[in-house]
Amino acid sequence: MIRKTKANVTEALVGVQDGMTFMLGGFGLCGIPENAISELVRLGVKDITCISNNAGVDDFGLGLLLHQHQIKKMVSSYVGENDEFERQMLSGELEVELTPQGTLAEKCRAAQAGFPAFFTPAGYGTEVAEGKEVREFNGKMHILEEAFKADFAFVKAWKGDAAGNLIFKGTARNFNPCMCGAATITVAEVEELVPEGELDPNQIHIPGIFVQRIFQGKDYEKRIEQRTVRQK
Amino acid sequence: MLDKNGIAKRIAQEVEDGYYVNLGIGIPTLVANYVRDDISVEFQSENGILGMGPFPIEGEEDADLINAGKQTITALPGASYFDSATSFAMIRGKHVDLTILGAMEVAENGDIANWKIPGKMVKGMGGAMDLVASAENIIVAMMHTNRAGESKILKRCSLPLTGVGCVKKIVTNLAVLEVTEDGFLLLERAPGVTVDDIKTATEGNLIIKGEVKEMNV
Repeated sequence: MIRKTKANVTEALVGVQDGMTFMLGGFGLCGIPENAISELVRLGVKDITCISNNAGVDDFGLGLLLHQHQIKKMVSSYVGENDEFERQMLSGELEVELTPQGTLAEKCRAAQAGFPAFFTPAGYGTEVAEGKEVREFNGKMHILEEAFKADFAFVKAWKGDAAGNLIFKGTARNFNPCMCGAATITVAEVEELVPEGELDPNQIHIPGIFVQRIFQGKDYEKRIEQRTVRQK
Repeated sequence: MLDKNGIAKRIAQEVEDGYYVNLGIGIPTLVANYVRDDISVEFQSENGILGMGPFPIEGEEDADLINAGKQTITALPGASYFDSATSFAMIRGKHVDLTILGAMEVAENGDIANWKIPGKMVKGMGGAMDLVASAENIIVAMMHTNRAGESKILKRCSLPLTGVGCVKKIVTNLAVLEVTEDGFLLLERAPGVTVDDIKTATEGNLIIKGEVKEMNV
């Protein structure tokens, strides 16, 4: 049996190369694959394309890769929290493809599920629709969006087992399940890695078939972007 | 004239018992504070929660529990979490009853622009394009004019569009408007605001039928 469990992040990211396309889970800084991002920074891979809903903040998340000028192109829905990103985009150093959030999620899911493309009403009549096939269904206009193609998907889960089964926590789930199995190799990092048999099959969010490599992550910072509270 | 909370208060009157509601960032977020407490409403945040509750009590913030504005939140009894594709299946599949969002410009044909100012602000559309393209019940919360006093209620949008022909109702600091085939039908005026004030502040075609009642806020 092929062993999916990797000893550490370095072993889990073997094969990562310049010019590749990566999917990275997370919404804002919530549920991002912190360990994989740190390793990509350490490896210094260049000219990469990142598919990720957001681009991190200046000094955390994908902002770390931007800072090192490792990213050639970003595919995201919202990039408003990162000044360095905006600077690189406006100066033309960074190529950016802004994609509606639901379309971004579905382009991941389509890749996971084996659909080459799908029609969505999102973006019809806007600049997002430029150059895309338009078709009317039930009196409503839709545009054709193609599934993503990626070399690696880096996702973060709460718990996982040696079979690659994953369980997510709270809203840290977000894009992570959609990206599992949507790239050639899916690497999952988890806060708690357990032996097979310890997770209840009823509770599993992503079956291990969508995950090729799994490792126990460490030193999670889990930074909060907007700390909002109320008084007792 | 209403302030942001006043706009939210008026929109809250549109929320009905049993509704699933998606609230955008900004004024729409405030709507949750004014929904009647004798009805049951579930708030959806498109990053992956239904049954979103208020901000956590200080010290109980959880980095794994945020809303679409990246703010720490809580989950109410009956809440659920889900992935982004499922979240937009709820939106695209028209399972969400009411969408409330902000806008930079709205046009009399129902077009909306709220995501980009070329050369100035390029932050991205987030979930706004999916929301406006699919939701059947959209209320736009916005100020009637910009800081320079120019109308944001227009004949045609000048900024890049978020969606076409999708806005049905608008609540501003001055008025409640309905988008009709002939233009903006003036439904209500804000306390202390005259019909002439609204005419002056509206660039698009404004339709006035009979006596325009004052908002009850």
